[in-house]
Amino acid sequence: MNRIIQLFNDQPTGNLNVYFTAGFPQLDDTRRILAALQEGGVDLVEIGMPYSDPVADGETIQQSNQQALENGMTLRTLFKQLEGMRETIHVPVLLMGYVNPVVQYGIEEFCRKCAEVGVDGLILPDMPMDVYLNEYKAIFDSYGLLNIFLVTPQTSEKRIRQIDEVSAGFIYTVSSASVTGSQTGVSGDMEAYFDRLNAMNLRNPRLIGFGIKDRPTFEKACCYSQGAIIGSAFIRILQESNNLEEDIKNFISEVKANKRTEIGV
Amino acid sequence: MSEVADKVSFQVNEQGYYGVFGGAFIPEMLYPNVEELRDNYLKIMAEPEFQREFNDLLRDYVGRPTPLYFAKRLSEKYGTNIYLKREDLCHTGAHKVNNTIGQILMAKRLGKKKIVAETGAGQHGVATATVCALMGVECIVYMGELDIERQAPNVARMKLLGAEVRPASSGSKTLKDATNEAMRHWISNPVDTHYIIGSVVGPHPYPDMVARFQSVISEEIKKQLAEKTGRENPDFVVACVGGGSNAAGAFYHYLDVPEVQLVAVEAAGQGITSGHSAATTALGKPGVLHGSRTILMQTEDGQVVEPYSISAGLDYPGIGPMHAYLYDSGRGKFLSATDEEALQAAFELARTEGIIPALETSHALAVLDRLGATQDQIVVVNLSGRGDKDLATYMKHID
Repeated sequence: MNRIIQLFNDQPTGNLNVYFTAGFPQLDDTRRILAALQEGGVDLVEIGMPYSDPVADGETIQQSNQQALENGMTLRTLFKQLEGMRETIHVPVLLMGYVNPVVQYGIEEFCRKCAEVGVDGLILPDMPMDVYLNEYKAIFDSYGLLNIFLVTPQTSEKRIRQIDEVSAGFIYTVSSASVTGSQTGVSGDMEAYFDRLNAMNLRNPRLIGFGIKDRPTFEKACCYSQGAIIGSAFIRILQESNNLEEDIKNFISEVKANKRTEIGV
Repeated sequence: MSEVADKVSFQVNEQGYYGVFGGAFIPEMLYPNVEELRDNYLKIMAEPEFQREFNDLLRDYVGRPTPLYFAKRLSEKYGTNIYLKREDLCHTGAHKVNNTIGQILMAKRLGKKKIVAETGAGQHGVATATVCALMGVECIVYMGELDIERQAPNVARMKLLGAEVRPASSGSKTLKDATNEAMRHWISNPVDTHYIIGSVVGPHPYPDMVARFQSVISEEIKKQLAEKTGRENPDFVVACVGGGSNAAGAFYHYLDVPEVQLVAVEAAGQGITSGHSAATTALGKPGVLHGSRTILMQTEDGQVVEPYSISAGLDYPGIGPMHAYLYDSGRGKFLSATDEEALQAAFELARTEGIIPALETSHALAVLDRLGATQDQIVVVNLSGRGDKDLATYMKHID
């Protein structure tokens, strides 16, 4: 079974998904960060494929993308770095990025490599649903890759139903009208939107992203969904870190403190 | 319309594509806005009241129709008949205002209260700031930090018109980054803001909507040419292409008239193979840029390449999807002119016809000797903008 689906079957609540940009802060940090995240206790990991023009991302993630590209990160290099990761990494791994580099790599070859190294799902925010369904879904399916769709506070109920219909794994619930990293906290407006989603009884679990940065925001998001996604706040940790392993583990255990005591770690 | 005409149409199809190019490759955050526009733009544009308001403003405010001028001395020099479509005489000094007038009226009908736009050389920013002042609407223009330095007069004009100019400091700090920032702004302000894109780029329906607003150019050419020469179809229509809005407007009513050769001129910069160029079709490959599948300059890994041209308005790594299709299908002929060729063409027009063209437009003028146009043929060049903004560059290079 796909590791993402397995995860939500086994552990339906309190899931923490952490995003980091491949090749940042140093080109060869990918595996170190991945291992430290797993050790710290994250439930899913989202690896960003750096792109020159990430329109859905705020300043923090943009800069990490640019730095990663300057460090020489490419998809070829990333796949090389991820070779053999499944010997030690058992958490679900997703790749997040924009369609152009993927299309240039070649969709079929890209999916084949993802399956080969053990990637479970993809988040390509600028891939239109109709293009996915008509051109790419069959290929994704044949390699066992899940495509994760986004919903926002402005997404109509009809379209949420459509997205739920074609989704597997989870639905990425964007908390507010913004790019990544520019919002803080969970406001009353957001709560109404999360309640509305809850009331829809969707087939898929939901992870809330954008504006989740620490334990209070993570716990708040978990009240309304099956978990949450941290991106920019984690990139800032990486940016400032002198000891990646230790800082990553501290950050994750701080965010997930609640759960750690529950399971008696 | 005949079946044959349907088959050869170079217009956008119902799904928003020109052949394989176009579509709407946008994050979900932009979907409701783009969908709202897609579902309403044709309906709104067809409303008699919209038509009336749009045409009145084009006539009384922009100064349309712009003249179609027979350039006698230039024609003698090149041994053919050259007509200049004088978009440089539009209010604000370029064709850009045709589109911003249309889009501000569109925004009002969609109930939007604020406008965001991107600009490179500042022409579209000025045209947007102008219509926002005219309608009393708040206006934010993103402009690359480097372009703000290079195009100080246009920054001053925008400020004078009441717009807020925000520097785009990400990436290469030029037009492509200003476009990214404008999109991010729209993502963060989806309900009350309309994004006025300045060219035939972006997600569907923008390329088609902008082309339709600019199509007044070829509509007028047809009529004016018939009055002057007895025929409405020239042998060549020549226009420069950055994103391609002036070319789209000049080509529009000739797209499905195969006897009219459509010539698009890209900026070769310091030369196509110099590593400092913006000749997209020569250097680019199909991919996705700013919301549409098109041809763009990119690395082997699919990272967008920063282009170069002496002209900030052509300094863009892609072309609109309609142009990608014109190129791919062979309907359009794509040439390029270097910085030096464009400068010489500008000096030539200034001295033979007493018209100082914009640097962008000069690229179109630079290929006149390469068309192979004969004595009995007619060439229409879209004179898309005036050269006042480029005086500093011209003075630096004049002999």
